[in-house]
Amino acid sequence: MKSLALIAALALPLAAQAQTNPADWDAVAAAAKGQTVYWNAWGGSTTTNDFIAWIGNKVQDEYGVTLEHVKLTDTADAVTRVLAEKQAGTDTDGAIDMIWINGANFAAMKDAGLLYGPFAEQLPNWQYVDVTGKTVQTDFTVPVEGYESPWAMAQVVFIYDTADIAEPLSSMQAILDWSTAHPGRFTYPQPPDFLGTTFLKQVLVDTLDDPSVLQQPATDENYATVTTPLWDYLDKLTPTLWREGRAYPATGTAMFPLIADGEIDLSTSFSPGAATAAIANNELPDTVRTFVLDKGTIGNASFVAIPYNSGSAEGAMVVANALLSPEAQARAQDPEILGYGTVLDMNKLDDTQRGLFDALDLGIATLSPADLGTVQAEPHPSWMTRIADDWATRYGVAQ
Amino acid sequence: MVRHARFDFHRLLASALPLLRMKNRVLPVVPALTLLAMLGPVMAGLYGTILPAFGHLPAAGLVGPNLHAFRALAAWPGLPRSVTLSLTTGLAMTAIALTLVMLLVAGWSGTKAFRALERLLSPLLSVPHAAAAFGLAFLIAPSGWVARLLSPGATGWTNPPDWLIVQDPWGLTMTLGLVVKEMPFLLLMTLAALGQTDAVRARSISAALGYGRTTGWLKTVFPRVYAQIRLPVYVVLAYGMSVVDVALILGPNTPPPLSVQIVKWMGEPDFTARLLAASAALLQLALVVSALGLWCIGELVFSRLGLVWINSGHRGARDAPIRAFALTGGILSALSVLLGLIVLAVWSFAGYWGFPDALPDTFNVKTWLRQGDGVLSALAETALIASVVTLIALILTVGCLEAEYRHRRTLSQRGLWLLYLPLLMPQTAFLPGLQSLLLNVGADVGRMPVMLAHLVFVLPYVFLSLADPFRAWDTRNAAVAAALGAGPDGVLWRVRLPMLLRPVLTALAVGLSVSVGQYLPTLLIGGGRVATLTTEAVALSSGGDRRAIAVYGLMQTGAALVPFGLALLIPALVWRNRKGLSHG
Amino acid sequence: MVKGLTLEDIAIFKGGQPLVALDRHIAPGTVLSVMGPSGIGKSTLLSVVTGTLPPAFTFTGRVLLDGADITHLSPHRRMVGILFQDDLLFPHLSVGANLAFGLRPGGSRADRNAQIAQALEEVELGGFADRDPATLSGGQKARVALMRMLLANPCALMLDEAFSRLDTTLRAQVRALVFARARDRALPVLMVTHDAEDAAAAGGEIVNLGV
Repeated sequence: MKSLALIAALALPLAAQAQTNPADWDAVAAAAKGQTVYWNAWGGSTTTNDFIAWIGNKVQDEYGVTLEHVKLTDTADAVTRVLAEKQAGTDTDGAIDMIWINGANFAAMKDAGLLYGPFAEQLPNWQYVDVTGKTVQTDFTVPVEGYESPWAMAQVVFIYDTADIAEPLSSMQAILDWSTAHPGRFTYPQPPDFLGTTFLKQVLVDTLDDPSVLQQPATDENYATVTTPLWDYLDKLTPTLWREGRAYPATGTAMFPLIADGEIDLSTSFSPGAATAAIANNELPDTVRTFVLDKGTIGNASFVAIPYNSGSAEGAMVVANALLSPEAQARAQDPEILGYGTVLDMNKLDDTQRGLFDALDLGIATLSPADLGTVQAEPHPSWMTRIADDWATRYGVAQ
Repeated sequence: MVRHARFDFHRLLASALPLLRMKNRVLPVVPALTLLAMLGPVMAGLYGTILPAFGHLPAAGLVGPNLHAFRALAAWPGLPRSVTLSLTTGLAMTAIALTLVMLLVAGWSGTKAFRALERLLSPLLSVPHAAAAFGLAFLIAPSGWVARLLSPGATGWTNPPDWLIVQDPWGLTMTLGLVVKEMPFLLLMTLAALGQTDAVRARSISAALGYGRTTGWLKTVFPRVYAQIRLPVYVVLAYGMSVVDVALILGPNTPPPLSVQIVKWMGEPDFTARLLAASAALLQLALVVSALGLWCIGELVFSRLGLVWINSGHRGARDAPIRAFALTGGILSALSVLLGLIVLAVWSFAGYWGFPDALPDTFNVKTWLRQGDGVLSALAETALIASVVTLIALILTVGCLEAEYRHRRTLSQRGLWLLYLPLLMPQTAFLPGLQSLLLNVGADVGRMPVMLAHLVFVLPYVFLSLADPFRAWDTRNAAVAAALGAGPDGVLWRVRLPMLLRPVLTALAVGLSVSVGQYLPTLLIGGGRVATLTTEAVALSSGGDRRAIAVYGLMQTGAALVPFGLALLIPALVWRNRKGLSHG
Repeated sequence: MVKGLTLEDIAIFKGGQPLVALDRHIAPGTVLSVMGPSGIGKSTLLSVVTGTLPPAFTFTGRVLLDGADITHLSPHRRMVGILFQDDLLFPHLSVGANLAFGLRPGGSRADRNAQIAQALEEVELGGFADRDPATLSGGQKARVALMRMLLANPCALMLDEAFSRLDTTLRAQVRALVFARARDRALPVLMVTHDAEDAAAAGGEIVNLGV
C-alpha cells in the first residue's frame, strides 16, 4: 500500500504536465472539445473584436471550443499575469489560455519558460504558411521555434489625407520637413504603445546609414552612438507635433478621429489595410490614402502563444490552427473586415483557397503587396526596451 | 391586484433574506460581519501593499526589507509632476465643487430654479464617472460638439484648433470632469444635512436682520451644514486624488497622475515594477493623508476668518452677482453631464461625421448592431455582479440596523468613521496589494473576488442611504404591532420594511449604480477575466473609436439609471392606492 | 388567581434618578387614570407594561397580568394592547388587512373575513374593509385602530393620550366607545392623559403624578 501511494504521488505531477502531443491532431481535437479558451488580446478596436468573435463561432461550430476574448489595453498585462501565476505556483489552469503576442513580450515569456510548446509547426494549417517570404520563424530577431503561431502580417504604413497632402513623403527626413512646415498636423502614439515604439524604430532604421547593427543586442558601448540620430530627429520633430508634443494619442486607432476631424493630416499604422477598413466604418474620410518610405518600412508578424499553465492548451491550438485556415486568413485580409496581411503562401494553396484571396477588393487606401515594397527587419528587442525608457524620460514626463 | 403585488414583494424579500429569520443566532453577529466585509479587504490589501513596497515578495524570490523600491520611485523622473498633479487636481476639485454647491444652496435653496436642479440630482448622481468623462471629452475637445456647433460661423474654424484641452498637462479638464460629477454628491449630502439644521428659520431671521440671502446663509447655516458634511467632503477629496478611470480619459499622460502610474506599473511584465507600484501606493496613501491634513488646517483658517467676517456685521445685501455665478455654475455643470450624454447618443448612431459639421452626415444603427453581442454580455456580467453585491449589502445593512434597533445600540461617531474608511482609503493604495494577496493564496480570479471587492464600496453607500429613513421610522408602529401579537421578525417583515419600501429600493438603486461604476476593483481583482460595461468602456477609450465608446458609455449610464427609475416607479405602482405612502 | 393587571412596586429611573413609582391593582373592567404634566414619565409607565421601555430607562418591580408575571416577557407575548394618540394604522395595508393583522391566526379565510366585517359593523364602518386607511376621517381611523387592537384579544388595554388628537365632540364619542368595549370584554385599562375630562369619563381611580 505504501509503495502504491508513493507511485501515485510521483505520478501526479507527471499527469498534470502530460498534455496532448500537438502532432497527434485527432487527439488534440478530441481533448479540445468542450474546453473554454481565454484569449487575451488587445480590445481597443471594434474590427479586431468582431473578427475574434467570428473565430470564436468558427471553433465552436467545428470543434466545440468556446473562445472568450479577454480585452486588454496592453499585452504586457497578460504577461504579468502569467508571471504572477508562476510565482504563486498556479502551474495548472491559469487564467490565460492564449495571448496575442510578439516582440519583447514573446522574448520575455520564452526566456522565462512561461510558454507551452513547441506546437506551431505541428498545426495542420502550418503547411500553407509562407516560411520563406515572411518573417514567421523569427520574431524581432528571436527564434520562434514553434512557441508561437503566426496569424497576421503587419507593416508600417503612413496614413495621410490627400485633401491636405498632395504627394506621399519619401523618407523620415521628408516627414520632418513637412511637419516643420505644417506644425501641429502630425503625431504618433505615446510609447510604450507598440505602434509608438515602432515609429521610433522606423525613425532609427531610416536615419541610420547601416541599420544592420540593430540586428544585434544593444550594448552599453554602442547604444548612445547608434541612437544619437534618433534623438536629434525627435528634438527637432517634437515641437512641431500635434499639441506641441505635450500630449499623445494612446494608440494607433485613436489617431483616426484626429484625421477625421482634421486635427492632423498624417499618422502611422502597422496595418496596411486599416485605413481602408476605417473609411468603410465612417471613421476616416474617403480622401485618406497610405504610403511607405522609399527605403521600405518595418514589418513583423503577429502571433498567438499559449502560456505553460493553460488548462485548455488543446483548445488554444485549435484556435491557432483556425486562425491559419485560408478561410480565416482571407477574412482577415478583407479590408471590409480587418485588413490584416496574410501569413500564407499563395503558391501553397489550391485554386479554391486562392480564389478566396483573389476575390478580395483590397480597397482604395490599401497598397498592393508590390507597392508595400521592401520589408525592413525588426531590430533586436533590447533596442526597443531602452529606447522606450529613454523616450519616457526625454519626452514622456519632462514637459 | 394590490394585494398580490404586495405579497409577492414579501415573498421575494423573505426568500432573499433568510438570514434575518435566525434572529437569535445570526443577527447579533451581522454588525461584525459587515465590518469584516468592509474593512477586511482594505486591511488585507494594505498589508499586501506594505510588504512588496519594502522589497518583500517571497513568491517572486524577493526578500526584504529594503528601500530599493522607494529609491527607484524617487529616481523616476515623472514623480514630482505626478505627485503635484494628484494633489492639485484633488484639492482644486474639492474646493471648487464645495464652493459652488455651498453658494448654490446659500443663494437659491427654496426657489423654483433650485427645485428644478434638485429634480436632476438622482439622474446626475447615477451617471457613472467614466460615461460623464467621455461625454465631457466629446463636448469640450477642440473637435468636440461645442466647437462644432460654433464653427465655422462664430469661430471661423474649418479645422479644430491645436489646443490642448483634454489631457492637458495641468489636469484642468480632469478637475472639471470631477467637479461636475462630485457636485451632485455634495449637493445630496448638503440637502440631507439641511433637514437637521433649521435652515428656513435661520434664513428668515437673518433676512429680518437685513442680511442678503447668500451672506445670511453662509453666516448662520453653513457652519452647521459643514459640520454634517465633513466626512463626505473628505471622501470627495480622497476620491479625486486617487481616481483612475476619469484620469485615464481626461487626465494628462506626460506624466499621468500618480494613481494612473501605479496601475501602469502594476501591468508591467517586470516584477520589480510591482514593487515600484507598491511603494507608489504607499506614497499615494501618504499624499491623501497629507491632503486631508491640509484640508483640516484650511478648515481652521476658514473658521477663524469666518468668525471675523461674522463679527464685522457686513450684511452682503447686494449678492446678485454671486447668486448668478452660483446658478450659472450649477446649470453649466448639470448641462455638461446631460449634453455629454446626448452627444454620446449622437455619436453612437453617427455615420461619417466630419469637422465642423454640427451633426453627422447620416445616422445608422451599425455601431449598435456590431457592438450588440459584446454590450449584452458585458451588461449581463455587470447586472449579475451588481445585483448580487447590492443584495448582500442590503441584507447586511438591514441586519445591522435591525440589530441596532433590537439591541438598542446606536452607531457611535467612531463607528461612522469606520463606515467611511473604505471610501477615504485611496483605491490604488490597497487594491494592488489585495490582488497580490489573492494570487499568493491561490484564490481564483474572477467574479467572486470581484464581488467581494465591490462590496467594500457598495456597503457604505447602501448603509448611508438606508440608515436615516430606517432610524427615522416611528417605532410606535412596532409597539402597536407587538401589542397585536407580531414578533420582532413579524414587525420587520410585515410592517417596517413594507412601509420603508421606497427608501429600501432607493438604497438598492444606489448600491447598483455604485457597483456598475466600479473600474479599478473590477480590473485589478478580476484579472481581466471579468468584463463589465465599465471596464469595456475604459478599455475602448485607448482605441479612440468614438462610436463604440458612445455605445458602452450609454449602456453604462442606462445600467445605473434604470434602477433609480424603478425605485421611483415601483413604490408608486405598488402603493398607488395608499395615499399614506405615495408621497414620502 | 387574581384577575386583572397588577403593577407591583413599579419604580422607573432615568440615569439612576427616580422618575415614577406606582403600586396598584387594576381590576377587570375598570380604568386606572394616570394624570400629570408632560415629561413626567406617564408614557414610560405604559412602556413598562407593554415591554418597550426605551434603553435610557431602568425599572424595578413586577407586572402581573391575571396572576402571571409578564415583567420580562417579549412585547408580542404579553397580550397587552395599546392605543396611541395617533391611530398608527399601517399605511401599506387596507382597513381590512389592518384588522386581519390584529386578528389571531387560525380559522378559514371566510371565517376571518366574517370576523373583520363584524368588527367593522360593530363600529358602524361596515363595507370599509377595502378602503385605504389614509382616506378615512380622524374618528373613523380611531375606531378602526380600536377594533384592530380588540381583535388581537388583549388581556389588558393601555391608552397613551389616546383621545388627545380628536376634537371635542368626536373625543367624547370615541372615549365612550373605547370604555364600553373594554368593559364588555372585562379588560383592565391603564390610561395616561393630561385631560381631566378623560379621567372623569373613565370613572375609575385617578392617580396624579408630580403633584
